[in-house]
Amino acid sequence: MEDTDIREFLDQAIKENEVMLFMKGTPEQPACGFSLRTSGALNALGVRYAALDVLPDPRIRQELSGLSGWPTIPQLFIGGELVGGCDIVMEMYEKGELAERLGADMPEDEDIEPAPAPGEMPVSNGPIPLENKLNR
Amino acid sequence: MPTTDELKQRIESALPGAQVQVQDLTGGGDHFRAEVVSERFTGLSPIEQHKLVYGVFGDEVGAAIHALSIKTSTP
Repeated sequence: MEDTDIREFLDQAIKENEVMLFMKGTPEQPACGFSLRTSGALNALGVRYAALDVLPDPRIRQELSGLSGWPTIPQLFIGGELVGGCDIVMEMYEKGELAERLGADMPEDEDIEPAPAPGEMPVSNGPIPLENKLNR
Repeated sequence: MPTTDELKQRIESALPGAQVQVQDLTGGGDHFRAEVVSERFTGLSPIEQHKLVYGVFGDEVGAAIHALSIKTSTP
């Protein structure tokens, strides 16, 4: 797969998914503490989101950063727009701004839990499986 | 390997007048946290504020600086 194909795929994923998270690992098995906290915030709010693991190919991260102008992972996009990395997302979560932006209710228990195991993932909420066509 | 002092100085010279605190989160010289207070952030979105700080280090973020956690605010 060419670099331009990767960029096109990423661009499309951002446009097609209202809430799109690029992370290291998956919501079920985050491979980095920053990715764990960010997907944990989305899980705590019970919103549906698409998640893509950037680890299978270093070019994914390279092209994503080229596209967004943001150097680190995770990156959260809402409505096609970069909202932030872990620091900004967590700050927004704590202030209730993330819930507001996503039209979700703040959970009563504010502690962010790690992502549930795949079997425990609620059917209507949680990550939307996004086929990682880049892993070829 | 970058040091907390080096990171602090580089942010301060890029954003004159900023108050900067840098911590080495793991002691390994590659996971840092920077707290930056600067007039320059006035009117900017959090994304734009963080990009200003990331911009100081360019390609080093994600490479020599594995992780840079940022907290920005205005005085």
